Amino acid sequence: MKLNRFFKIIFLSEFVKAIVIAIKEIFKKKKTINYPFEKGSISPRFRGEHALRRYPDGEERCIACKLCEAVCPAQAITIENEERPDGSRKTTRYDIDMIKCIYCGLCEESCPVDAIVQGPNFEFSTETREELYYNKEKLLENGDRWESVLAENIKLDKPYR
Amino acid sequence: MEFFYTIYNETYKILLLLIPILVSVALIVWFDRRVWGFVQKRKGPNVVGPFGLFQTVADALKYIFKEIIIPASANKAVFILAPIVTMTLALSAWAVIPLSERIIISDINVGILYIFAISSLGVYGIIMGGWASNSKYPFLGAIRSAAQMVSYEVSIGIIIINVLLCVGSLNLKDIVLAQEKLWFVIPLFPMFVIFFISALAETNRPPFDLPEAEAELVAGYQTEYSGMMYAMFWLGEYANILLLCALGSILFLGGWLSPIDIYPFNIIPGVFWMIFKILLLFFMFAIIKAIVPRYRYDQLMRLGWKVFLPFSLLYVVFTASFLVYFDLLPK
Repeated sequence: MKLNRFFKIIFLSEFVKAIVIAIKEIFKKKKTINYPFEKGSISPRFRGEHALRRYPDGEERCIACKLCEAVCPAQAITIENEERPDGSRKTTRYDIDMIKCIYCGLCEESCPVDAIVQGPNFEFSTETREELYYNKEKLLENGDRWESVLAENIKLDKPYR
Repeated sequence: MEFFYTIYNETYKILLLLIPILVSVALIVWFDRRVWGFVQKRKGPNVVGPFGLFQTVADALKYIFKEIIIPASANKAVFILAPIVTMTLALSAWAVIPLSERIIISDINVGILYIFAISSLGVYGIIMGGWASNSKYPFLGAIRSAAQMVSYEVSIGIIIINVLLCVGSLNLKDIVLAQEKLWFVIPLFPMFVIFFISALAETNRPPFDLPEAEAELVAGYQTEYSGMMYAMFWLGEYANILLLCALGSILFLGGWLSPIDIYPFNIIPGVFWMIFKILLLFFMFAIIKAIVPRYRYDQLMRLGWKVFLPFSLLYVVFTASFLVYFDLLPK
């Protein structure tokens, strides 16, 4: 046993093995991707940037029930509402502080009308802090921009709800 | 007039060697990072230029435009001198390296001694940098690096004696030409392995990168350096690595000689063989970097003084007696 160890050390057999393994690894498929040019796949449940969705006729979905505001563990959501002349209750203010937000997805889960959702976008870094205080316009704009993906994701996730 | 002509001629020759070396240092840094990445199944730098070849150029440009910060408590003159010394010494050793039978700046008779002297001086750059920074981590890194380089230079020196016994000349060209029949890597294989490991220690490469052990010493002697001065340290380091690869291929792998002296191989110019051998050795350097963990300091010293030194001394005795007994000593 001791002699075995001695020969192992003298002939650097462990190193030779390691080098052979390393050279084999060189020709294997790479695990990384060229990030800004190609992106990894994202689950339909991915909890990224928030968005407020609209109905197909352009009316906003949110009914100002304030469930998301209540459930938000980071208290990042602020909602104010009023009654419209037609009797429907809509928000006048819907702010999300994206710095406070912990991206837990509870707002999305609590929403009875699938209005507030978290989309697949995770590349929304900004240069100033103020730009991350999202207001209603910004959220609705996000909803319009990502609508096709959001609808598809909700459809895919429906069986598990 | 004669005088100016000589100066012009020499400058021309020096630039003709220095610029390719600086370019190849840039390429070798890219190659190093790329191999390192590939072994870890990453892609490595591949964005700037074709295959990321210009990554180092981009890095160097970044360093040039960065501010050079000199700590208030540093010894200013020595602090600035240190990277200059490191880089100058690393580049000046290239003067005697024959890339082929004709491509050599100065063909001096004590080429190997010159290289040895210059690479011993190399440790001054590191000590100066560490000491002049007047800060804890650089100082510790410099002390470690000085001890390490001094101890491994001893074993490299004795390994070189082995080769010199077989050649009978200190001229690097003669060393290469003596290997026309048989490369020294075959009879002196254990010495080649020890030379390679000592070269890793000499150039502060993993597993012997204690002077800049980032987990313990931030960045060792480079901690306080920034901008172009940092880049010069790093240039010097890689120029040194290339130098030791070149030395390894001259001493053991037959320099510019082709591996077999038959038709398709011996028409390829010697420079290509030399560059190929240097790259092969450097590839090993890069692979080793990817596979080994760092040595502990006492293990490093034990390996240098208690294993390599006695073993290479014994091998000198063995080589000498073998040569004397079979009457093979070079005339």
